[in-house]
Amino acid sequence: MSKKLNLTLHVWRQKGPTVAGDFVKYAANGIDDHMSFLEMLDVVNEGLIGKGDDPIAFDHDCREGICGSCGVMINGVAHGPRKATTACQLHMRVFHDGDEIWIEPWRAAAFPVIKDLVVNRGALDRIVQAGGYVSVRSGSAPDANSIAVSKNDADLAMDAAQCIGCGACVAACPNASASLFTSAKISHLSLLPQGGPEREDRVRRMVLQHDAELFGSCTQHGECEAACPKQISINFIARMNGDFIKTALTANSSLKSREGQ
Amino acid sequence: MDRALTLRSTTVGIKAIMAVTGAVLFGFVVVHMLGNLQLWLGAAAMHDYAVSLRKIHGVLWIARAVLLTSVIAHAASAIALVRRNNAARPVAYKHARRDQATNYAARTMPLTGIVVALYIVYHILHLTLGVGVAAHDPQNPFNNVVHGFSDWRIAGVYIVANLLLSVHLFHGGYAWFNSLGLSNPRYAGMKRMFAVGLAGLITAGNVALPVSVLVGAVQPTQETFCSPELGPCAAPAVEPVR
Repeated sequence: MSKKLNLTLHVWRQKGPTVAGDFVKYAANGIDDHMSFLEMLDVVNEGLIGKGDDPIAFDHDCREGICGSCGVMINGVAHGPRKATTACQLHMRVFHDGDEIWIEPWRAAAFPVIKDLVVNRGALDRIVQAGGYVSVRSGSAPDANSIAVSKNDADLAMDAAQCIGCGACVAACPNASASLFTSAKISHLSLLPQGGPEREDRVRRMVLQHDAELFGSCTQHGECEAACPKQISINFIARMNGDFIKTALTANSSLKSREGQ
Repeated sequence: MDRALTLRSTTVGIKAIMAVTGAVLFGFVVVHMLGNLQLWLGAAAMHDYAVSLRKIHGVLWIARAVLLTSVIAHAASAIALVRRNNAARPVAYKHARRDQATNYAARTMPLTGIVVALYIVYHILHLTLGVGVAAHDPQNPFNNVVHGFSDWRIAGVYIVANLLLSVHLFHGGYAWFNSLGLSNPRYAGMKRMFAVGLAGLITAGNVALPVSVLVGAVQPTQETFCSPELGPCAAPAVEPVR
């Protein structure tokens, strides 16, 4: 049995990056409570298009909680009220008939608004480009299980690798810091033997890029961990900090001099 | 030099500096509290404690230099990070972001930090230098403290400041492990207990002192002391000629 919800939406509308935006009120009536949050927005958009209005722009792709494209502030909480749930996997049954819902884009200097609820998360891509990779020889695939990895490390690396890069950690952080994202992208490689050779450079490059993108610093509020739809632990930030400090104090040569070679 | 610059110019490095200087100041607060508990041992114990601190002359000034450097580095780092963090979200959420996990201590770190800094200045003016204290006697720290705390307004300042200090120390003691990367997941649950326990002990000791004076459990002494380490002695009281 499905219920029908009548909701009042306050959606952030902004025509472009340089134009001022504001909340616009919409009535969303007859919303099936089995719909996902994005399907609810689709229904609202169909109504807008039917009237000849500009539909609400929002990012989405897989709609099954694994791509990291969607993500908006719903009533002041990244990805909405359910823990460990992306906006696309949030279902309207968590809301009640007559609710008012405020929908706002991620806010950070590093995430400029492109349109309405869509922000440019290219800063996260550039952090990954700075060091979030391993260099391996090309050729035939190595034999499976030829490199021994302890179960504990493999599990931890997989926990970190869950990060889908949605940006909720930045949006939820009081300082708009991307520490949780950066630390997850560092840790899922550095915990494994394949990521070992570049471990020192990786943490240096990625932390420097994080700072260059104007993200804030970590002050251990734990808001990122609470907002993360993949429940990445704040302990990865501690791991990143320890690695970075050790590298900064003991690295044999500076990053620049190595780049020059 | 390059390595030091890497630390000073990155968010992670600045937090590490804050963690190390914070640990130094945290350690001082613990030792300072333990020393002050000698108020309950009486005036002679307090006097002897003051003298013994002066006897290790060089060490006292080295300690003061380390503490002052730590305070400056800690505060300068905090200011740099707060400015950076404010700039990281130039456009605020119009529908306020709702906190899900943070606590009062973490949210108020800059505020409690400023209060503690002002309190340190007041504390040094009041008890170390005796500025504006008519009866201030460098030879008799016991009476200086007891006379000060007999005024409920002064005692109130100390009690409130120490409660806010404990709030600051709680989050500092908790965040310290993560900032330096010393957080082992196995002991992650113990960080909060460690921070609560240590901050609680310090506050209990520091608040108990003014309270014990306010309720009259500690009374001023009639004893007089004279040790050259504490500066010139007051002229001996002249017996009135009968």
